[in-house]
Amino acid sequence: MRLVDEFRDAEAVAGLREAIARRLSRPAKIMEVCGTHTMAIARAGVRQLLPPTVSLISGPGCPVCVTAQGEIDAFLALGECPGVVLASFGDMLRVPGSTGSLETLKARGTETRVVYSPMDAVRLAAASPEKEVVFFGIGFETTVPTVAAALLEACRLGLRNFSVLSAHKRVPPALAALATDPELAVDGFLLPGHVSVILGLEPYRFLAEQHQIPCAIAGFEVTDILEGILHLVTQIADGRAALANQYPRVVRPEGNPTARALMERVFTPTDAVWRGIGPIAASGLALRPEFAPWDARQKFALDWDRFANVPEPPACRCGDILKGIASPHDCPLFGRGCTPARPIGPCMVSSEGTCAAYYRYQIG
Amino acid sequence: MSVVLLAHGGGGRLMADLIREVFLPRLESPELARADDSALFTPPPGRLAFTTDAFVVDPILFPGGDIGRLAVCGTVNDLAAGGAVPLYLSAAFVIEEGLPLEVLSTIVDSLAATAREAGVRVVAGDTKVVPHGKADQLFITTAGVGCVPEGVSVSGHHARPGDVVLCSGALGDHGMAIMVARENLGFVGHLESDVAPLNDLTAALHSLGPDLHVLRDPTRGGAAAALNEIAAQSGVAIQLHEEAVPIHAPVRVACELLGTDPLTVANEGKMLAVVAPEAADAALAAWRDHPLGREAAVIGEVLEGPAGRVQVRTAFGTTRILDRPLGEQLPRIC
Repeated sequence: MRLVDEFRDAEAVAGLREAIARRLSRPAKIMEVCGTHTMAIARAGVRQLLPPTVSLISGPGCPVCVTAQGEIDAFLALGECPGVVLASFGDMLRVPGSTGSLETLKARGTETRVVYSPMDAVRLAAASPEKEVVFFGIGFETTVPTVAAALLEACRLGLRNFSVLSAHKRVPPALAALATDPELAVDGFLLPGHVSVILGLEPYRFLAEQHQIPCAIAGFEVTDILEGILHLVTQIADGRAALANQYPRVVRPEGNPTARALMERVFTPTDAVWRGIGPIAASGLALRPEFAPWDARQKFALDWDRFANVPEPPACRCGDILKGIASPHDCPLFGRGCTPARPIGPCMVSSEGTCAAYYRYQIG
Repeated sequence: MSVVLLAHGGGGRLMADLIREVFLPRLESPELARADDSALFTPPPGRLAFTTDAFVVDPILFPGGDIGRLAVCGTVNDLAAGGAVPLYLSAAFVIEEGLPLEVLSTIVDSLAATAREAGVRVVAGDTKVVPHGKADQLFITTAGVGCVPEGVSVSGHHARPGDVVLCSGALGDHGMAIMVARENLGFVGHLESDVAPLNDLTAALHSLGPDLHVLRDPTRGGAAAALNEIAAQSGVAIQLHEEAVPIHAPVRVACELLGTDPLTVANEGKMLAVVAPEAADAALAAWRDHPLGREAAVIGEVLEGPAGRVQVRTAFGTTRILDRPLGEQLPRIC
């Protein structure tokens, strides 16, 4: 398969592996920020390719996992309104809110649809004028432009039975929150390739320039990830912090201005709660007032403040695990109240999250 | 266009017409034609294998097959995976009223043709019609009886450390074809289900005798589920070699795009075998000589432990654990 196989070349992997071992000067904790990196690292067994003193910590970059319980509760509550069809990406189905998940709601008879693209939800609304289709907008800057485009299409078609419940998150504010946390114990950030396709390089510069954290934007094949890590261990060895772009074949320095314009036309930053982490200022996206007819929060008069204040499970240590200062074994819920089949925190929700991996591989 | 009515299931003249016009001429079964309440037959010598399976696939007509062909293959392949030579099937149809008779006829045609292909006879049947919305077009349940030849003893409990794992061909075709057809994902290219009766293919290994340890058809949950079951039943570990697993290019592309592991995707025309190491070459040669086994490959081996673990060795020399999938396959956002 072109554009895949050449980045899974065993010889190239062996070369990068040696280079990382050669450049490594001291133990290094590297956070892969993005959930897709976490999955790719697990699939290729990247940890086994690294010297034992390099540890990879899974960051907050799985959009499904960081969707707050309150946001899920709000979406599920909409299922009780007559005629509503809940449309969502598939991996949201099992993520629990405080009382249940979309999967359990579906089993009890609420009409739900798993869609591959937000445009599928628009088509569903167009084809079923008697229904009220609500799309659960989750995801980072990678996904947001597609939701914006779908919403604009619904406007153009004059569809009044389509709306979006936005639980979207922005990556840079979360990174800023991590970087300014005095407890953060991370030596470098492996930054998300897909988000960077949209954002470009600018929104990350502060990490290296103001916080002196080495950064590398990386792609998702095994050689991409290893090259990204090589950038990071090299910066660590040289005692400097810079922003490297390992993924120039798709990440342009300026990003994708068209996609950003779409996003900005429809959405505006707002405060948001991250599952396991808590509230982060300006880290969410709400629909702009002119799109109120398509904003599920307003259309269904949701008491958003109430949902935004649904408490996170108090014993969950995911926030500390995500910062690299706690291990899953430090969490009283790990393996007891919180398991892959009944996850509580984001690190267990993601099948390759730190807790799920510890559970599966019986680490520690 | 004529459609199936509730009255077709009512036990009256319409039902008799449906059976006489749609089912009997196609299934060519003397046992069915006798119209008694049970089929009577003399059991062959040796052990009997007996299994049942229900089929609720959506869409009922899909690229490479249909629910009729699937209903025969599913049960025939379960018998074949028990080391049996399939002999007789029953088929029960639950039909949603409104199903076009033409579609029903097409599916019964296909079911009959597949039974002939597999060398089995449908000797018992039942038809029920349910109101609109109480079933999704058509559900079929088949059960099957087969006999296990002398000297063949296969079971999920028989894998031993050192054994070799074979796969009869490329994995993931059926599940991806269904997903692409159901969700209109035509952009990934043309995919066809592999649905096929495998009893002739498994019979090609019967001559291995005691060296043939396990046969399993990796249907729902794919090879990941099948191998996890075998590892757990036998109390062994199984290691797969990722590069050795045959996967057709369009399936790889579709899986890459959808974030699905092809090892967790359903197959309906593939068989896994676990054989003693000294029989591996003979088993591979026997399968490659068979039209349904041309792409057969050795894909892994059985290890002592940890018991119940299945792991995949990547091209880079790393390993990862291959879990059985949690539930239904879901498209991912990332």
